[in-house]
Amino acid sequence: MAFTFAAFCYMLALLLTAALIFFAIWHIIAFDELKTDYKNPIDQCNTLNPTVEKVKKIKRVKIALKLVLPEYLIHFFFCVMFFCAAEWLTLCLNLPLLAYHVWRYMSRPVMSCPGLYDPTTIMNADILAYCQKEGWCKLAFYLLSFFYYLYGYVFHFRICPSC
Amino acid sequence: MSGFTNLNSSVGYSQNSTPNGGAAPPYQNGPVQTYPAMYPPAGYYGAPPQQQGYSTIPGHAAPAPNKAPVTNNAHSANYYHNNHQQQQNHLPQHHVAPSPYSAPLSSAPPSQPYAALPSAAPPPTNAHYNQQPFQPHPPYATPGSYYGQQSYHPSSARQHPSLVPVTASGPGAPLYPIVSYPSAPGSSQYGTLSSSQSTSAPVGMPTQMVGAPLHQYSAAPPPSTTAVQPGYGVGPPGQTAPTVVNGQGSAAQNAVHQHYTQSHQASLSYDSYSGVPPGSGGADTDQPPSGTPSTSVHSSPGHHQGVQYGYVANSGASSASATTSGPAAAAAAAAAAAAPSSSSSDDDDEEEDEDEEAGGDTSSSTTGSASPVPNSYDSLEGGSYPDSMPPSNDMTNQAAPYGSYGYPSMQSAYQQGPASHTDASPSHDLYGQSGYQQYSQPFPNLSQLSAALGGLSGVPELEVEALRPVNLLQERNLLPPRPLEAPEPNVSSDLKKVNCSPQTFRCTLTSIPQTQALLNKARLPLGLLLHPFRDLQQLPVITSNTIVRCRSCRTYINPFVTFLDQRRWKCNLCYRVNDVPDEFMYNPVTRSYGEPHKRPEVQNATVEFIASSDYMLRPPQPAVYLFVLDVSHNAVEAGYLKYFCESLLENLTKLPGDVRTRVGFLTFDSTIHFYNLQEGLSQPQMLVVSDIDDVFIPSHDSLMVNLKESKELVKDLLTSLPEMFSQTRETHSALGPALQAAYKLMSPTGGRITVFQTQLPTLGVGALQAREDPNQRSSAKGVQHLGPATDFYKKLALDCSGQQIGVDLFLLSSQYADLASLACMSKYSAGSVFYYPSFHYIHNPAQLEKFQKDLERYLTRKIGFEAVMRIRCTKGLSIHTFHGNFFVRSTDLLSLANVNPDSAFAVQMSVEDSLADSSLACFQAALLYTSSRGKRRIRVHTLCLPVVNQLSDVYAGADVQAITCLLANMAIDRSVSSSLSDARDALVNAVVDLVSAYKSNVSNLQQSGLVVPASMRLFPLYILALLKQKALRTGTSTRLDERVFAMCEFKTQPLQQLMRLVHPDLYRLDNMSDQGALHLNDTVVPQPHLLHLSAERLSRDGAFLMDCSNVFYLWIGKCCNEMFIRDVLGCPNYASIPPNMSHIPELETPLSERVRAFLDWLQDNRAFSCTIHVVKDDASAKATLFQHLVEDQSEVASSYRDFLQHIQQQISK
Repeated sequence: MAFTFAAFCYMLALLLTAALIFFAIWHIIAFDELKTDYKNPIDQCNTLNPTVEKVKKIKRVKIALKLVLPEYLIHFFFCVMFFCAAEWLTLCLNLPLLAYHVWRYMSRPVMSCPGLYDPTTIMNADILAYCQKEGWCKLAFYLLSFFYYLYGYVFHFRICPSC
Repeated sequence: MSGFTNLNSSVGYSQNSTPNGGAAPPYQNGPVQTYPAMYPPAGYYGAPPQQQGYSTIPGHAAPAPNKAPVTNNAHSANYYHNNHQQQQNHLPQHHVAPSPYSAPLSSAPPSQPYAALPSAAPPPTNAHYNQQPFQPHPPYATPGSYYGQQSYHPSSARQHPSLVPVTASGPGAPLYPIVSYPSAPGSSQYGTLSSSQSTSAPVGMPTQMVGAPLHQYSAAPPPSTTAVQPGYGVGPPGQTAPTVVNGQGSAAQNAVHQHYTQSHQASLSYDSYSGVPPGSGGADTDQPPSGTPSTSVHSSPGHHQGVQYGYVANSGASSASATTSGPAAAAAAAAAAAAPSSSSSDDDDEEEDEDEEAGGDTSSSTTGSASPVPNSYDSLEGGSYPDSMPPSNDMTNQAAPYGSYGYPSMQSAYQQGPASHTDASPSHDLYGQSGYQQYSQPFPNLSQLSAALGGLSGVPELEVEALRPVNLLQERNLLPPRPLEAPEPNVSSDLKKVNCSPQTFRCTLTSIPQTQALLNKARLPLGLLLHPFRDLQQLPVITSNTIVRCRSCRTYINPFVTFLDQRRWKCNLCYRVNDVPDEFMYNPVTRSYGEPHKRPEVQNATVEFIASSDYMLRPPQPAVYLFVLDVSHNAVEAGYLKYFCESLLENLTKLPGDVRTRVGFLTFDSTIHFYNLQEGLSQPQMLVVSDIDDVFIPSHDSLMVNLKESKELVKDLLTSLPEMFSQTRETHSALGPALQAAYKLMSPTGGRITVFQTQLPTLGVGALQAREDPNQRSSAKGVQHLGPATDFYKKLALDCSGQQIGVDLFLLSSQYADLASLACMSKYSAGSVFYYPSFHYIHNPAQLEKFQKDLERYLTRKIGFEAVMRIRCTKGLSIHTFHGNFFVRSTDLLSLANVNPDSAFAVQMSVEDSLADSSLACFQAALLYTSSRGKRRIRVHTLCLPVVNQLSDVYAGADVQAITCLLANMAIDRSVSSSLSDARDALVNAVVDLVSAYKSNVSNLQQSGLVVPASMRLFPLYILALLKQKALRTGTSTRLDERVFAMCEFKTQPLQQLMRLVHPDLYRLDNMSDQGALHLNDTVVPQPHLLHLSAERLSRDGAFLMDCSNVFYLWIGKCCNEMFIRDVLGCPNYASIPPNMSHIPELETPLSERVRAFLDWLQDNRAFSCTIHVVKDDASAKATLFQHLVEDQSEVASSYRDFLQHIQQQISK
């Protein structure tokens, strides 16, 4: 009943993926709010005076948009963990997303602070649609990988006694 | 100023303003230890120029503000007089009614959509209008119009008295909104706002709450204001009394005053709903028409319906006598006062709550029903904008002329009233009966009609012409003889008449495809081009308690709504059925009750509302202008400063604004210099801040000063400024820190920052590197660095936009200055960019002249502050992308810190849901802004277009110019986000796609060659011209800054300007005939034919004029008729024409007069005046002209024929 490093990685990934799912949902909600909120303009970059009622909502959106970097880092972190644990298959499954994250961050608009979204272009329908789609795809990916990690965790936990 | 003091007495509010209230926290930004950075003023500021300044100025200083009342009075007298005359005219025979109305307007340029112009190109409404009175024959055939003589007469007969409510309620207008605003139902909004604002700004002492606001907008509050404060504080009483009353009886004066006092009290206890203190409810509102004003002032909130009717009766009655009797006018004011309470009906609570939720912070969605502003037709800024508005002394002054100003603004409504009531509305007679049913029919009928048209059975002539297949390879003369007009939407003639002017609002497809699939099939972009704040000669301005809007989508009522019956209307955008509020039942135009469809709102597609306090987040800001001037060595070399100062000195009194107008100056090189212009100083003080890493404001209350109070100091400064820096050796430029300082100076109020920059910023934040490689300018492989190098300017612009500050940039650089980065400061703060490449005051006189002309226009043009624009469209359509200078706040909301009359916007649209269930698609752009006089106004434009389900109809309605402009905007986005070659490919593909789509879907003829519908026959030509335009061309050496500037222009120029930039108009001038000439005010304006832009059209024996939007080229051929040269240019022969001639002499010869008349006519509608260059055949300047001949082959770009062949190859591939 040894608790191997691989099993630990899977456990960690499981927990972190749960967080990522949460992030993804937040992300989706944020963009949905941006898109559908015709009457209550949301000020995702706090450039305009928000009324008090709006502040909470705006904060939520802002937080959601700020979660991008943590999300990337978390994902990168457990990719490294899998690398260390020599879980090659799992790593391969994660590599495309990792590559996408790197590309996405490289091609971000000119900005002096960390971040991905430019408040001046975010309302552009194409970009908004793209971001929404991205959110849904990621949610799907994280959900699938959640179950995959669950399986991996249980698998590693179970086979260990035999070895 | 006075207005503000008053406003600030509202409790929730004052907090807002405290942070910057001059008294409370003066030096928050400037810690003591940083102060040593300031030099003593004397060192920089030389005394001698000062003295001179003093000696000269008092001599010619025109005390403009003092003039104001005089002008006002004069105007009032005029209008008064007019009014009278009209009445006299009317009474005996109302047939003649139209003539007095149209007469004063006859000088309006033809572009004016609503102007009644009998002579030149009468717009449809006008034609209609002119005809109607003399056409006794019965209704039109179309179901929409029930015009009958019978119905017309009564209305025209009643016309004159109906003027009077306007006049009568006039006084209320300027005075009232201010006073009443604290008591607004929306005052809770203030509360919320202020609290949120106070988080962002340093909070002032709460104990100062009432007092502090005084200082906010006035550098030095005069004692009189403070004295008034406990009362109502509209202004210094000394000024108020005479102006308000304007020669009325003293009773009136009392009335007005008393009224104010009352409403002020109300404002303090604003929980009482109507803005009237409970105590004042004693006197009831149903005043007798002649009522003693003093009693009629007070109105009780409990008086809902009764009051409303009462008000109607009142204003009517009082108006009837207003022209003659003073007290009656006062009664009208009283009636107006009564109105606010009347509007506080039971459902207000609900309405308001809804509003809070529905985005109280965007001012564009607020209640339509409960507004405390009384019914008054605002006067001063009526749509008709004279060149220079008489500066008014005080808010109260505006009220003075008793609606006299209101009259012209209303005039249009009047004119419209009788004119259009004939078409889109049932006649009186039909009213009680089936009138309404019938009225609602036009729309369904229209749908049937257009459906029938879609079937291509009975296609009208126009459509046939638009659909005629044109083989581009065969037809060579594609250009129409006159510049292309916007295609008319294929809607019923009634709707056509009221539809928005194409100059303001234009759609790429005048027939909207029913589904996205159809739109995709057509391969044409769907979008709008709008020019919302365009200078209009005539604009119905409406002030009413209730701005009627749809309850669910907040659409403003417009001519395209359907009245289901007398009490309900159906929104044309979301199809919700709404109630017609009681007040709306009364029509001020015909002065009759029960005709909601004849209100000006329903008769005009472009209207302006005076907004109530519901539409404000804070009191309307004053006009505040800050000039940020580069005074580095480079700038001194270029020598712009002198001309700027001269121009500003000249136009100081013409700056749009009122008594509260504030100005400030800030200069910078490697340090930042502030100027203390506080009233009472003997000379301007310069404060230098050399710590550019941590910029602070040395003095809070004396840097932005009231223009009126410190005018002498400002003049002093402007006269001495050019010399002050003439010896400077400082070559660095700390633009970034200077902008930060400017932002800090302006953030309490908002306003406009004008930046003059002459080189690449090199110091502090926002410093930039030269990125351009001159050797790569003409390289075909992609142009780099079209995007910004840093986001500093963008972030600054967003901060500015948040504080309602617009930043305008004048770049006068001879070297690369990275406009791509710098322009961001204007792009996202809704500013404008001006660029003068290689500006030098001696070496480049052409640029200097342009700079001076632009500056004059820039300084004097109208301006709107703290604006937002919302674009609504029929359910099913959605907005995809915006183009222009603004910040997008929500999917359909643009935040515009400043709005100017010269900037336009483009919107890409998409069809989200099928539009099958409606036959008409409508678009509404509502621009909410604060005028330079501190009035909150909403300008609403509505466009109505048919929906079609046939591809051929889509093509028939295609507007080739609008499509080209929208594509240009899209291409520019693409070239920044992707690459220039991508953008160019996309443009070529647009042509290829169109031709192949048309070939495969519509034209059944198996023709060879390039076949396009006639409506799109110019499309390939325009696209080719676009590809050769500075912004998008490759191959030719183009400086990066010029390219970026061209891109900026594409994003902001209105369509007509843009089209001339892309495809200039070419005319032959030496053989103009009078055929088809226009006759305007005794001058004959010849109308020569448009020529193709090809060198083969130029002949050596001719003289040709090329109109490139901002510059004219007059090309003189070598063998040009000597008579022409002599008569027009004043030179004996070709050889003696000077090489750099840039004006046309005013000669007395008929030919010269003709040419000048034509040139003037061309310039007439342009905001910025054009320069003219006479280009000789052999001159080197020829190249600049020839680069515009887009149909010809250049070294790198193909000719038109080659381009067509290229397209054909692409298709056959």
